[in-house]
Amino acid sequence: MSRPSIALSRFGYGPAAGEHPPADPRRYLLVQLDAYDPAPSAIAGRMRSRGETGEMVELVRSLRQDRRAAMADTESAMSAQSATSEDPRAAALEGLPPEYRSKLAEARQVLVGDIAARTQLAVSSPTPMIERLVHFWSNHFSVSVGKLGTQFEVGPHEFTAIRPHVRGRFSDMLKAAVLHPAMLLYLDQFQSIGPNAPFAQRRARRGGDQPERPRGHNENLAREVLELHTLGVDGGYTQADVTELARALTGWTVPGIGRVGRFAEDQPSGAAFVALVHEPGARRVLGRSYPAGEAGQARAILDDLARHPATARHIATKFARHFAGDTPPPALVARLEADFLKSGGDLASLTRTLIDAPEVWTPGPVKFRTPFEWLIGALRLTGTAQLPPQRVVGALTQLGQLPWRAPSPAGYDDIAASWAGPDALVRRVEMAERIAANIPADDVLARAEAAFPGALGDATRTQLQRAESGSQALALLLVSPEMMRR
Amino acid sequence: MKTALDRRSLLAGSLMLGAGSLALPRLAFAQVAGSRNLLFVLLRGAADGMAMLAPVGDPGLEALRGASLADYEGATRLGSFFAVHPALAEVAAAAQSGEALFVHAAATAYRERSHFDAQNLLETGGTAPYSVKDGWLNRLAALLNEGAPAPLRALAIAQAVPLALRGDAPVSNYAPSALPAASEDLLARVSQLYASDGELGPLWERALETKAMAQDDGLRNLRDASAAGELAASLMRDAGGARIGMIELGGWDTHANQRFAFARSARGLDALLGAYKSGMGAAWADTLVVVATEFGRTARLNGTGGSDHGTASAALVMGGRVRGGRVIADWPGLADRQLFEGRDLAPTTSLESLLAGAAAEHMRLDPDLAMARLFPGRSVKPIAGIVRA
Repeated sequence: MSRPSIALSRFGYGPAAGEHPPADPRRYLLVQLDAYDPAPSAIAGRMRSRGETGEMVELVRSLRQDRRAAMADTESAMSAQSATSEDPRAAALEGLPPEYRSKLAEARQVLVGDIAARTQLAVSSPTPMIERLVHFWSNHFSVSVGKLGTQFEVGPHEFTAIRPHVRGRFSDMLKAAVLHPAMLLYLDQFQSIGPNAPFAQRRARRGGDQPERPRGHNENLAREVLELHTLGVDGGYTQADVTELARALTGWTVPGIGRVGRFAEDQPSGAAFVALVHEPGARRVLGRSYPAGEAGQARAILDDLARHPATARHIATKFARHFAGDTPPPALVARLEADFLKSGGDLASLTRTLIDAPEVWTPGPVKFRTPFEWLIGALRLTGTAQLPPQRVVGALTQLGQLPWRAPSPAGYDDIAASWAGPDALVRRVEMAERIAANIPADDVLARAEAAFPGALGDATRTQLQRAESGSQALALLLVSPEMMRR
Repeated sequence: MKTALDRRSLLAGSLMLGAGSLALPRLAFAQVAGSRNLLFVLLRGAADGMAMLAPVGDPGLEALRGASLADYEGATRLGSFFAVHPALAEVAAAAQSGEALFVHAAATAYRERSHFDAQNLLETGGTAPYSVKDGWLNRLAALLNEGAPAPLRALAIAQAVPLALRGDAPVSNYAPSALPAASEDLLARVSQLYASDGELGPLWERALETKAMAQDDGLRNLRDASAAGELAASLMRDAGGARIGMIELGGWDTHANQRFAFARSARGLDALLGAYKSGMGAAWADTLVVVATEFGRTARLNGTGGSDHGTASAALVMGGRVRGGRVIADWPGLADRQLFEGRDLAPTTSLESLLAGAAAEHMRLDPDLAMARLFPGRSVKPIAGIVRA
């Protein structure tokens, strides 16, 4: 690949239709850091307050309590999969109360709209490299629809906890992403209760120990913060650190939930903090002490985790893997790690170091595009604007990578082995033929040369020349090796 | 939990053999699997074992399940204690002809109630969710590939390779697409486009092979269960087909109106298994199907005629070599004090023991080695005597 082609496709989502190859590839990337819009109007309109989450959780809880209706399982019935046009689980909702069904329909509509908005932003973005960063960090702090109420929150998680911080400090993004309602719901934090918190003590005194009610702290989020978001699985933490962080996180929940809801203090992240369920006392994490401090205690621990050397190593490795290859060059990892430590987790500095690293500019393609990357690249290249939201969701579902639907808190895999499968290729070919059929396809060869400046292979050129029609040539271009990799 | 081997086994049906009463001769490691086929069917969403195979002989059942028990009048019995859900007609017939068995009150090591975590544990074979990154079926393929001249084919009938099948051993996947099929002309041109590409070329060849094996499946998705069963068979029955297959089925999370919802899902499973069995033809004699779910459901129906997330469930084993017609269970009982945490069917048999034991016997691997590789870190022994030698 040539340097202009690397700048367009390895760093970004490929050129938009009619876009000229950058004369100065490095500068083309650097200016995106300044030109990036963290809060474009397309998502600003979607950022109205979403009190629906607490409402929904409470609705389901009351249903469950009443035994009038069982919870339609939140992990399957409300998934984004069922947001596609042929709803396989519609029948599963039969017999549920109408207020629940209408809430569910509303949740689905919000989620479909958010997925379409994210996709549209990337397709039309003048700063595609920064959009890639948004999606990289969003996947690092992966939240997945499925658990109760998350449909309302996964979009805002990316829009408000990730987007504003991709040029900012890692510690700010960490706090925003971890302490966001989407994450608190996804990793069960919202109902975690300190065993010695006033609320738990009072309940124990009354003897009303209801089996359906949470009775203690939950370590799910604390473990993932250490394992996935900061130090990494080999980052040197112990079970005691997990437990202590879990205790510090008690009290962080979602507004409008539970009997303690009226004691909740709203937090900037959209979450709420309820001191009544927070485990009292000082905490000790990774050898450091944290005095009793309610909501500030977890923030202080997260701040320290954000600048830990193991975190620098972990972040540098993932960052390098995303841009420079499944097995990232050790020299690049070391360079990024050093920058992260020196700058105190300044992500703009990290990005500039990446742009200036020779290891990222090696000629051969170094990554297999994920389904999302491939679709965005194809829509940009063909100038396909404004697909109906339902079709965007359908396409991403068929390609196998719906945003905010990763199978685990580790997010979607970032290695070719997970994506370069036989079935995936067939689907891309089918999708390519469909995309190409709907748009004017004249002079595809010239468009190919412009899209992959100095990087178009002979095999692709030959096949484009031999194609029987413009749209066939375009379909071939969309599945060419140059499009599949970056 | 104690091992499954030293327990009293409650047996039903023709072959009065317990889980631990057969000592299988120790077999040499990595003996060739020959043409033996293994299909793993994962029921996602927690299938209710007590509906699948109702313990009608338990005096506590009536109080828990009430009117829904009418469904089992005239249903196929396995012994006097268990009745097969009437929607599972093909399965019941296979059990009666000695080609299917159930394992009841079985569960993995997982004791919480999250689908995701439970499925993660069942698929990875870890002892805690997310502690292991690859899947036990992939490790099984890797074990069979050791010393083999060429890696066997392992195939998921799914859009993405499920976690159980992910890992270092090569696997493929195929799923009917809702997208309009690409034109033959375009497919041929793509072959030329990829001909000189070292990665895309071979992948595309496998894709076209699998596509040809599947022919024009006429499916838009995998929801037509019978067609999915035929499709799986078509991809596994021939000498060059897949030796290990996996299918996922949803629709088991029956929180409400279970009588209707379970019957519908069970009909789908039955149609899939029936179509798969007949599709395999002569190869059925060398085929083993194992059906399992991540956990069971509450013993008592809830106020909306459904059941909530529970613990132990039932698993099903079918195949030409199965010592069928029976139920392997150490029945825990349904009295209140016998229920797990006062609400669920109590787990008395390790699901991992069943999976490792069945896979090892069928594929002629050392069961202890299979247990150690597929489900490491457990103290239970693999169940023996599932398959005829």
